Amino acid sequence: MNIHEFQAKEILKRFGVPVPRGIVASTPEEAKAAAVELGGGVCVVKAQIHAGGRGKGGGVKIVKSAEEAAQRAGDMLGKNLITHQTGAEGRRVRRVLVEQGVKIERELYLAMALDRAQSRVTVICSSEGGVEIEEVAEKHPEKILREAIDPVIGLAAFQCRRIALALAIPAALTGKFIGVMQGLHRAFEECDASLAEINPLIITQDGQVMALDAKMNFDSSAFFRQKDILALRDLDEEDPREVEASKYDLSYISLDGNIACMVNGAGLAMATMDIIKLFGGEPANFLDVGGGANKEKVAQAFKILLADTRVRGVLINIFGGIMRCDVLAQGVVDAARELHITVPLVVRMQGTNVEQGRKILADSGLTIISVETMAEAAERIVNAIKN
Amino acid sequence: MSILVNKSTRVLTQGITGATGQFHTKACKEYGTQMVGGVTPGKGGTAYEGIPIFDTVERAVKATGANASVIYVPPPFAADAILEAADANIPLIICITEGVPVRDMVKVKRYLAGRSSRLLGPNCPGTITPGQCKIGIMPGHIHKPGTVGVVSRSGTLTYEAVDQLTRLGLGQSTCVGIGGDPVHGFEFLDVLKLFNDDPETEAVVMIGEIGGSAEEHAAAWIGANMKKPVAGFIAGQTAPPGKRMGHAGAIISGGKGTAKEKIAAMKQAGIRMASSPATIGRTMQEALAK
Repeated sequence: MNIHEFQAKEILKRFGVPVPRGIVASTPEEAKAAAVELGGGVCVVKAQIHAGGRGKGGGVKIVKSAEEAAQRAGDMLGKNLITHQTGAEGRRVRRVLVEQGVKIERELYLAMALDRAQSRVTVICSSEGGVEIEEVAEKHPEKILREAIDPVIGLAAFQCRRIALALAIPAALTGKFIGVMQGLHRAFEECDASLAEINPLIITQDGQVMALDAKMNFDSSAFFRQKDILALRDLDEEDPREVEASKYDLSYISLDGNIACMVNGAGLAMATMDIIKLFGGEPANFLDVGGGANKEKVAQAFKILLADTRVRGVLINIFGGIMRCDVLAQGVVDAARELHITVPLVVRMQGTNVEQGRKILADSGLTIISVETMAEAAERIVNAIKN
Repeated sequence: MSILVNKSTRVLTQGITGATGQFHTKACKEYGTQMVGGVTPGKGGTAYEGIPIFDTVERAVKATGANASVIYVPPPFAADAILEAADANIPLIICITEGVPVRDMVKVKRYLAGRSSRLLGPNCPGTITPGQCKIGIMPGHIHKPGTVGVVSRSGTLTYEAVDQLTRLGLGQSTCVGIGGDPVHGFEFLDVLKLFNDDPETEAVVMIGEIGGSAEEHAAAWIGANMKKPVAGFIAGQTAPPGKRMGHAGAIISGGKGTAKEKIAAMKQAGIRMASSPATIGRTMQEALAK
């Protein structure tokens, strides 16, 4: 789960990481009041959306007065901001963060993320802040430093000193810099983050070390113990169908094609998307109904699939292990009747009680194309939507 | 022979009184697995399907001589269950539970370092040596004893591959689901080494998916060391970057972990790659015929 910059900064502040003074505004008037509150001098107005590249997309503006802050906020609010991460349609800006301007001496990069190969949280930092870190990694890999954190010891002071030295942090600021690193690490751990990124981390002309931008992602598996973090979720930033699916514990991701698919298991669901494409079709979604899906879940999944108006055919691919094919078949038949499905429907079932399942489909009187293999399923649905 | 489990494996179920634990303990027992005990704190002294239940893993091991444990306890308590099994020095710990927090697993991995216990999972289907021992949630009836080893990050896609193998008359020595989480126990590499050394495994099917770089690491090792033919498949060839495909680990991030990179690395290592998930069995057959 992602959160907004202003939310990430509130978290960092709580863990002792300095951030510029800032106020969130959702109208030009509020932006103006915020700028006045911040002293009326130079401010930065930053669009709050869940996507990077806001600066280049016109979502970050430096202003010299409260009037200008209002004007710039007005330019952004209610409009769609397009960045390289939003897609062509962009994202609606509902809030801006108005921040006090700071005088920047140096820009650094500091992040923490899981290193899967080592199974440890790792500090990633660079002297090249304020630019795309992927670009730095590609052109100057030697400028990226890493320190793996022992989960029992935590981020050790010597590791912080080593990084500070490598980044040529002035001796007088080393203490502040280490405080920021340790604060970021505590925030990462205590909030069950999966990514915490400060880009840029700045050193100001008056000797402050602070987070000028902040991005945090969280491990959804830890939400049972992170109610405060879960409360930061912004449903406006998510695909409405994905939100609806998550209510029923269905894993759904919207894609660009017109063949909807319903599959049990993430690996098989990805493989089903792949095989649709191999036969010349385009999947409309990824949908994993999980291992123990019941009739109700199948019905809900159907509703979500068919709510997508681009869908011209549905492919169901279930390998019944725990899930019994007869139960699935009954769920499909009931849902197809209830929802009056008009697009072609191909069902491929395999596994436990498959014969009973196929009989239920055949006896239903519905025009369901029942097949035995994945290849056949993909071929039939691709052909069916051509006609 | 086989790897990891066989007919003399004695299995405990941690979380035996929950619905999932009961369902699969019964199914595994019916398959022929020696289910020798269960653990649920507070339920010691009772029994399920004739299987004695204990309050702690330590007591269960002492009483039953168990050498493997399967965990179905809910996510908030799963990491603790793994620690408890490792503390009791159970050689093989299999965690089926889906949704264990990454932070918990980072600590678990640290705890396991230097210990004799080995972990499979979490968020995995388990492992099966057909005809001998099934530990986990896979449907037993699609398997057939034989000489093809199967290792995979996926659950149902593994069933698909196994089903294709069985229909082609290719039985399996052992099938191992390593799970789809970013931090887990057995890696592809660990399982491949075991298959390479197992005299009864003649060939291996390896099924990966997008995200991480475990497939690339395994491929490099296969290229240099594997003595047996390997067939492979990577799921998620059409997955868009930045979207998490169900499994917590299945995501293409920062241009890394793509199917294209993995397939190239695996081909480079001499692995025969199935271009379609429908031809995994046939690809294994071709690799064996060469």
